[in-house]
Amino acid sequence: MRADILEGLNAERAGRRAAILVTDIADGTQRLVREADIAGDALAEPLGRHLAAGRSGLIEAGGRTLFLTVQVPPVRLVVVGAVHITQALVPMAAALDLAVTVIDPRTAFASPERFPGVELVADWPEAAFGGAVPPLDRYCALAALTHDPKIDDPALKAALSAECFYIGALGSRKTHAARAVRLIEAGFSEAQMARIRAPIGLAIGAVSPAEIALSVLAQVVAALRRAPREAAS
Amino acid sequence: MISTESDILNTAAAWRRDGRAVALATVIETWGSAPRPVGSHLVVEEDGNFLGSVSGGCVEGAVITEAADAIADGKPRVIEFGVADETAWRVGLSCGGRIRIFVERID
Repeated sequence: MRADILEGLNAERAGRRAAILVTDIADGTQRLVREADIAGDALAEPLGRHLAAGRSGLIEAGGRTLFLTVQVPPVRLVVVGAVHITQALVPMAAALDLAVTVIDPRTAFASPERFPGVELVADWPEAAFGGAVPPLDRYCALAALTHDPKIDDPALKAALSAECFYIGALGSRKTHAARAVRLIEAGFSEAQMARIRAPIGLAIGAVSPAEIALSVLAQVVAALRRAPREAAS
Repeated sequence: MISTESDILNTAAAWRRDGRAVALATVIETWGSAPRPVGSHLVVEEDGNFLGSVSGGCVEGAVITEAADAIADGKPRVIEFGVADETAWRVGLSCGGRIRIFVERID
């Protein structure tokens, strides 16, 4: 591999942009295809397919065997609400290699004593995104856990606009129905409402904060790992 | 801490910038119950220091030897390990899977 290709791959990753390294395994020749250039590439179809699945793999093209190293940005999990569930969720998320940020404008909740060593932003979501917190993107999961529309709604709007791969919101079906009415009034579509997992978490009968945290993280992992395959089938 | 693919590729670039000779091994194909997924990396430098894994420990030693050869001659190579392979009984994958690994020098 040429050092400049390696540096390019690392730069795309640092910039949170997907990229695919195409290697001819017979002679080692390589090229780097950035996410924005995939649609116009001669191999657009297989590159797009591998990118959507987030999977590296071998392909045959023009009589050559090519290995596609698919690099997608590290997943970030943004939790809105420095609540009891979040305290249980943060160490579990760390074990899953998810980079977690916790946002809550209520300083009594968002205190370093409650969240030691955690990236914690005591601000409103709309002020946090683009400020102390990098903007949301497709490689972010957002869990809205405050149960307060003043705090959750702006975060959900930002997540829908950024097309986060996972969007979940705490609250009963009734709470969510009222939330959907508000978001649709604000200009979001029915299809976008279907993207919000509410009530949040897989249905495992979770009771304690830690169990709810587990159900939320399991749902995040399912969205990350299963969604592309299900969409393709 | 477990090194991520990000740590591994950043380390490869950092070692290269230091002027060290570096080779990168990548799992390109697996069959059966292989321990590391396709796309996993192992980076090796000239003194044999390495980061990452391609098999969870079973064949790393053999891969590092191949990496040293790739550093020496600059030729990329594909190596295969598995139960069907004579060498597998010596270095082999105890899980019974098979893996193919691409090894290349960083120039």
